[in-house]
Amino acid sequence: MHNLSVSAISRALAAGDFSSVEITQYLLDRIREEDTAYNSFISLAGDSALEQAAEADLRRSKQSDVPALCGVPFAHKDIFCTENLRTTCGSRMLENFVPPYSATMVEQMRAAGMVLLGKTNMDEFAMGASNETSYFGAVRNPWDTACVPGGSSGGSAAAVAARLVPGASGTDTGGSIRQPASLCGVSGLKPTYGRVSRYGMIAFASSLDQAGPMARSAEDLARLLELMAGFDPKDSTSIDAPVPDYAASLNDSIAGIRLGVPKEYFADGLHAGTAACVEEAIKTFESLGAKVSEVSLQHSRLAVPVYYVVAPAEASTNLSRYDGVRYGYRCADPKDLHDMYTRSRSEGFGEEVKRRILVGTYALSAGYYDAYYRKAQKVRRLIKQDFVENFANVDAIIGPTNPSPTFPLGEKTDDPVAMYMEDIYTIPANLAGLPALSVPAGLVDGKPVGVQLIGNYLEEARLLNLAHQFQLATDWHQLNPLTGGEQ
Amino acid sequence: MSWETVIGLEVHVQLATQSKIFSGASTQFGAEPNTQACAIDLAMPGTLPVFNEAALRMAVMFGLAVDAEIGMESVFDRKNYFYPDLPKGYQISQMDYPIVGRGSVEIALADRTTKTIGITRAHLEEDAGKSLHEDFHGFSGIDLNRAGTPLLEIVSEPEIRSAEEAVAYLKYLHALVRYLDISDGDMSQGSMRCDVNISLRQTGASEFGTRTEIKNVNSFRFVEKAIEVEVERQRDILEDGGIIVQETRLYDADKNETRPMRSKEVANDYRYFPEPDLLPIRIDEAYLTAIRDQLPELPKEKLQRFIEQYALGDYDARLLAAERETAAYFEQVVADCGDAKASANWVIGELSARLNREDLEIANSRVSAAQLARLLQRLADQTLSSKTAKTLFDVLWENGGQDVELVDQLIDEHGFKQVSDSGAIEAMVDTVIADNPQQVENYRSAPPEKRKKMLGFFVGQVMKASQGKANPGQVNQLLNEKL
Repeated sequence: MHNLSVSAISRALAAGDFSSVEITQYLLDRIREEDTAYNSFISLAGDSALEQAAEADLRRSKQSDVPALCGVPFAHKDIFCTENLRTTCGSRMLENFVPPYSATMVEQMRAAGMVLLGKTNMDEFAMGASNETSYFGAVRNPWDTACVPGGSSGGSAAAVAARLVPGASGTDTGGSIRQPASLCGVSGLKPTYGRVSRYGMIAFASSLDQAGPMARSAEDLARLLELMAGFDPKDSTSIDAPVPDYAASLNDSIAGIRLGVPKEYFADGLHAGTAACVEEAIKTFESLGAKVSEVSLQHSRLAVPVYYVVAPAEASTNLSRYDGVRYGYRCADPKDLHDMYTRSRSEGFGEEVKRRILVGTYALSAGYYDAYYRKAQKVRRLIKQDFVENFANVDAIIGPTNPSPTFPLGEKTDDPVAMYMEDIYTIPANLAGLPALSVPAGLVDGKPVGVQLIGNYLEEARLLNLAHQFQLATDWHQLNPLTGGEQ
Repeated sequence: MSWETVIGLEVHVQLATQSKIFSGASTQFGAEPNTQACAIDLAMPGTLPVFNEAALRMAVMFGLAVDAEIGMESVFDRKNYFYPDLPKGYQISQMDYPIVGRGSVEIALADRTTKTIGITRAHLEEDAGKSLHEDFHGFSGIDLNRAGTPLLEIVSEPEIRSAEEAVAYLKYLHALVRYLDISDGDMSQGSMRCDVNISLRQTGASEFGTRTEIKNVNSFRFVEKAIEVEVERQRDILEDGGIIVQETRLYDADKNETRPMRSKEVANDYRYFPEPDLLPIRIDEAYLTAIRDQLPELPKEKLQRFIEQYALGDYDARLLAAERETAAYFEQVVADCGDAKASANWVIGELSARLNREDLEIANSRVSAAQLARLLQRLADQTLSSKTAKTLFDVLWENGGQDVELVDQLIDEHGFKQVSDSGAIEAMVDTVIADNPQQVENYRSAPPEKRKKMLGFFVGQVMKASQGKANPGQVNQLLNEKL
């Protein structure tokens, strides 16, 4: 039962093969037994999940037109506020924070009858590419538990890969959905900036943060995105555009679709094995009728430095609210206000978060603002312009998701810059606000690698169509880490 | 050595929106602490601001009313600093692209001159909460009811040259926001707050001196006094050859002095940057036109109309048009009695004096406009003399009822009715002439050009004898005949 996809569970529930309570109980038990190996969950919903499942079963028995995913179990990254369910953001700062409200996206999925199993582990405040910065301990990659699952949505990626949940939400600020999807051999989509509401999603870098689905197929991503997406009056940056039926176009032919391969994405630093997988994937697309050409994203080499100015700058002020005054961690026996601020924040935040707060504060400081933040914003526009120009000639851009397969825990923890390079191919889409996804494209030494597709604004349907056609032609997404990479 | 005072004011006006600038919580004053603060005001994780369009509308109204350039694209910025009553650790404000750009207002001064004061800009921002330092042992309390209340910060050019001008400017803004109905302007409740920037320079110098900023001066009177003592302090330092330290100071009304704020209270680097949670505000000409069309008559327009419609002098018209409530009161009196000149004189004279003496707003006047109009009608039809009219005004004031019929009732009850019975007046005139032979003798021997003045004595005596009720016209006429 745990191998069933979101779509398969949906069909089984509709056919009455099993109830939502049954699969929910089954998966809860499975998480309790198996997750000790991965540490992919921070909190389990437990009884409330079973109540939601019972509610979904009742709805299915009474209503004829229930939403397709009613009763399907799901997990949320612990960055999304869930009413009455602890939301930690992977931080000691919010270790005991129980929100009195749910994120808009969480509410939408709940309204569609999806059952929330629990909250997945993540890098602290989504800052990290290996899930090692979590206050609740590192997550382990189901393909090799000595290795990292990627980050920051590493808990969601690992849980989906380990068949603990059929799907989970993630957030992607610089690659945090796509990179762990790549390292864990699952499918993950970062929609257009503003496509999914940010209300109730704990902010890291507001102009880059975007929520999206993670699952084991593009078809599942399509069904999940349809529930997640939509305009939200509570988020001024959300896009007021209708949400298409993403599943409807999955089977469209991709013959004649123009794919651009950015030459900058195949330069130094790309693992040969990863490169080979991506090149193979490109050939597969060609065999399906896609027209492939080389393109240039000439400013993409500046994406990482730009990102590490913009994201920390926004983060440094987004995280100012964690001051020990109203909620969250407060140090013991502060002797005065200054002491309370200093110790609450020093003790409540981990090293990587503090590093980024310092970098961001520096970048916004008087005398440095022009040299760093303003200049970064200018280059950001150039990076976006590269994409805009290319999308006049191609329908989507294809390349590696990240430079190499997963790596051992601890390998990059002392070298932040090496860790930051994990996102070199994913960051440009965040800076430009474009939709992008990663789907499995092969194994290197028994470890999965993903291929990335970047689309034009609001063209999630095209990306999902391409990914689905790719998955009809390949079986990389069906490889199961629990059976040694067999299907 | 003579010194010129240079003053610039930063005035924070709370806008009278129903809900907060970035959340749906109520803005009402005086509720139990933290009962009007929602998840957004508390800066709970994941919450986002949504801009309240009502605040934009009010800011634009203000901008149009001071002939300012309106920012067709204005941008919110984050102003970062830590303070317990600032929940997000930053205040959402506007830095480089404010909603209101350069404008100006014309203020009236006591010497009957006017002066134009430039407005540099006005921008939208959110208010902070309040720290409560009493009633908590070893702690401070935080009340976030006020957090997120919309503020319009109005920054003047450094064109103010005295405490008098500063107060006149402040009063003008106060009246204007009430005219526009965008704030109650209540300084005691903090709806209008003022920071004063002051420097001195030698008369004739073109460079500005080093300034100090006095924070949060919250009444017209304190603004006046704070400026006076700070100017004196700076002058003493400069004349002793010292230098002014650029700093933020507080005005202590009890000691009537300014003193530096503790350095901890002064943040240095706010690290402003564009607020990524809010889109730039874009407005178009149609939006401006719609607001312009709905603007109420502004003080300067009303001033012009009063001069033209009621044939008032510039000074009187300015006094009457300055406050919306005063203007409305005046216009009701005119409408009811028909005599603009008398209405103006009484509102500016008797009524204003009384309101000042009792420190009341005209809205709380104990004599209503309708009553004053009736009183003026009785003066015009000679039921009242100018003396009994003033006494009646006092009686009305003490009585406090708003009923217009009360005017005639009180005239009857108190016997204010003017005596126009010529027989009775003639008898009194005769008595006065008989009782003052020496004065009669003097009058009769005086040259005609001096007589007019001397007649006043006899008129006074007759009026006294009649307890002010005799018709002065008749008294004059009879005396002229009989002397």
